[in-house]
Amino acid sequence: MIGRAALGLAAAVLAAFLLAPERFAPLLRPLAANGAPPIYTQTSLLGLTLWHLALVAAAVAASTVVAVGLGILVTRPGWRDVLPLARTVTSVGQTFPPVAVLALAVPLMGFGSGPTLLALFLYGLLPIFENTLAGLTGLPPAVTEAARGMGMTPAQRLVQVELPLALPVILAGVRLSAVIALSTATIGSTVAARTLGEVIIAGLLSSNTAFVVQGGVVVGTLALLIHAGFVWLERRLAPGGPSDRR
Amino acid sequence: MIEIEHLTRRYGDRTVVRDVSLTVGRGQIAALVGTSGSGKTTLLRMINRLVQPTAGRVLIDGTDTATVPAHLLRRRIGYAIQGHGLFPHRTVAQNIATVPRLLGWDAARIRARVDELLDLFQLPPVEFRDRLPHQLSGGQQQRVGVSRALAARPDLLLMDEPFGALDPVIRASAQADLRRIQRELGTTLVIVTHDIDEAMALGDRIGVMDQGLLLQYAPPRAILTDPATPFVARLIGTDQRPFHLLSLSRVADLATPGTADGPPVAPDASLRDALALCLWSGRGALPVQGGGVVTLEALRRAARPGGAGADP
Amino acid sequence: MAAAAPARARVTLSRPGVLFAAIGLAGLALPLVQFRANRIVAGEGASLPGALGGWGWIAAAALAAALLVGVPARTPARLRLALALGGVLVTVAALGASAGALTPPGDRIARVSPSAGFWLLGLAFALAVADALARIGLAFRQRWALLAGAVAVVALVLGSGLLDDVSVMREYQARRDVFAREAGRHLLLAFGSLGAALAVGLPLGIAIHQVPRLRAGVLGGLNIVQTIPSLALFGIMIPLFGWVAATVPGAAAAGVAGIGAFPALVALFLYSLLPVVSNMVVGLSAVPHGARDAAVGLGMTRAQVLAQVMIPLTLPVVLAAVRIVLVQNIGLAVIAGLIGGGGFGSFVFQGLNQTAMDLVLLGTLPTIALALVSGIALDLLVAQLDGRRGRGT
Repeated sequence: MIGRAALGLAAAVLAAFLLAPERFAPLLRPLAANGAPPIYTQTSLLGLTLWHLALVAAAVAASTVVAVGLGILVTRPGWRDVLPLARTVTSVGQTFPPVAVLALAVPLMGFGSGPTLLALFLYGLLPIFENTLAGLTGLPPAVTEAARGMGMTPAQRLVQVELPLALPVILAGVRLSAVIALSTATIGSTVAARTLGEVIIAGLLSSNTAFVVQGGVVVGTLALLIHAGFVWLERRLAPGGPSDRR
Repeated sequence: MIEIEHLTRRYGDRTVVRDVSLTVGRGQIAALVGTSGSGKTTLLRMINRLVQPTAGRVLIDGTDTATVPAHLLRRRIGYAIQGHGLFPHRTVAQNIATVPRLLGWDAARIRARVDELLDLFQLPPVEFRDRLPHQLSGGQQQRVGVSRALAARPDLLLMDEPFGALDPVIRASAQADLRRIQRELGTTLVIVTHDIDEAMALGDRIGVMDQGLLLQYAPPRAILTDPATPFVARLIGTDQRPFHLLSLSRVADLATPGTADGPPVAPDASLRDALALCLWSGRGALPVQGGGVVTLEALRRAARPGGAGADP
Repeated sequence: MAAAAPARARVTLSRPGVLFAAIGLAGLALPLVQFRANRIVAGEGASLPGALGGWGWIAAAALAAALLVGVPARTPARLRLALALGGVLVTVAALGASAGALTPPGDRIARVSPSAGFWLLGLAFALAVADALARIGLAFRQRWALLAGAVAVVALVLGSGLLDDVSVMREYQARRDVFAREAGRHLLLAFGSLGAALAVGLPLGIAIHQVPRLRAGVLGGLNIVQTIPSLALFGIMIPLFGWVAATVPGAAAAGVAGIGAFPALVALFLYSLLPVVSNMVVGLSAVPHGARDAAVGLGMTRAQVLAQVMIPLTLPVVLAAVRIVLVQNIGLAVIAGLIGGGGFGSFVFQGLNQTAMDLVLLGTLPTIALALVSGIALDLLVAQLDGRRGRGT
């Protein structure tokens, strides 16, 4: 498959760049005007990338736990009265710009990685929660009825039938959150979070396009790879997907 | 009149329709029947050139359809399909007016025609004109679909499984309506169906297709009593043959002078209905409204090949 | 039936009602506002009674009562809505009154800003409004009226001077002209890029639907654009268009520039293309096969099928794309403030630089309000269109 080969190549180039960025200096030099350094060296790019990923991973993991838990809760029979509210809050919440959430988190947590983590966590809740709701409420009625008819307890139905069937949809929500978080995290550097945004902002401040491009391309490539990884996982876990047939 | 001459359609090395020739007389109904993949829909779609024939030609009233631009040809031919194919964003009236508008009729004429058709299909215009398709029942959608096909008074109407999405009760009355309206307007009709009962109920002639070949093209009685190939026989189903045969004739065709007891049967009821009534009420003869009787003995004879009343 | 008696005596609780009451009561317990002697120094909190005295106690009691009435499950939804709307108004009025009471007369330096108590009360009542609305299930006309009414009330409250002593409004008064300019700039960025994306994206979507060979390439390319972080894309546009303006004759005269709004506009336009193009393709592909077949079969030309059947049927999906793009662009336009593109983002980043949170609020609150109103209005339009055509026909 062409797509897979291209992704593999992208991953390899990214790894090479992060491990030995100075090798790529000739490539980026034309973008750095007036003899400015073509490669960002104030902090190790690999270190920033790992920080960036760790921040995103922590936020998305926390969002996933909370959002999936809430999603399961409000779809239980006794909690139906909360469901319309949950839907409204989700759709309204998604109109909040992530940058605004980030800016509003600053007074609560001060500068640094804290507000970024909080903003990414809050913003990440919504897609995951929405997809958990969609996944759990969109199951074919015949399947849930059959599970009931066979005498499964509510907990057994949840673990053995509902969650496995909703998993691909939930994962799609996690993917969306992760990709948004990856991009939004760069803005975190405007409030002093350690992310690859630091490279881009340094480029903006010193009019060094080489920095802007290397920061942007690293984040973009990471987003592509993570996106592709999730899609692959979703396909494997989908009912009737490759893992089922083999 | 349409004459189909040696029509063939190939997709790559797959032949979907193979050298089919048939003629449908003016005002007649030809029912094409076969299993899915038999080529019947492709054959139909070659008549209005939704599918371009690989070889052969179609003549409508002597004109080769290939000589007319395809979209102009189609505006003269009614077309109705399974699941009605109504435009969901247009009202009933706008849907029906599609072809008249394409032909540039003036607004007053279009409106009159729409109302006329709605009346014809028992959909009161005041109530239905401005509804959207999703506000109609399945049967109503189907009737609007056929009205739309008939809007510009085509001489020829093509239908592809038009009743496929209807439940059995509505389907029977829709077939009866179609038959009535077709006779009234004198439209030539080619209908594709996978349902042999529907073909029997509607077709003046039935074309049986299998694997791209037209196996037999004959009146229903001939298909029943003299199937051309084992496949045709299997398609009809041997157990249903006598009943199909009875359903092709009216009580009036079989009535003889005499009297009988009990409630009478209508002269235009089918022989199949008469037999059912005999069996159910345990009578050996039924009085016919307006005089005469139909006997169980006569019905029995009519249910066997060669024994029925004369061909219509 | 002995068990029935205690069950009847017990009041069934509304879970959302309990949640709102908990949030709201916590808000009442926390400081409503924060007082600072000037813009930068640390402040001290003041509760509602602390700021307003006797009136404060009455307002706090009324708010608490409104919250508690929502706790029993059998409180009717319309009463809930009325109480929640009243709660929002009282909370806002209390903010304005507290700011007026705490600010020494004539003092233009002291700052009174909304604090945790205000935000929690606001959140509790806003959630209660949303919950009550979801329960009542209003007709479209009523929902439009409510949205328009809400916008009008906000405008009225802001125009009345009720909130003039609140810090955000102080920031606003100091920057009245700049605010108007940046608001105009923000709208230009969000709506201008949307308009350009529709003008380019819709025909492009139709084209790649007609020519499926191009589909994977175009959508793949637009997908890659989406993965570039906004900060970087905005940053790349600056030197790119600076170079274009300097080297291509006539480009600068046509408005192309490496500074100001132009690079931001192009970046937002690029982000907007994917939703528009892909929704157009999805919309065209989702046209019922029967409708398309019938259109051709009845004698429409290719252009007529496209113009009379296919494109009108994509309207709900295209509107959904407009909703996505507009809300996204209103948010992303904030980034333009970082690269000198203007818009509300300039307040946000200025405020962050100066650790002046009131200034940050002056940038974020209008952005959120704009995104909310646009999102709700377009959601209503989409739902109305879906309802009129019947889903799935």
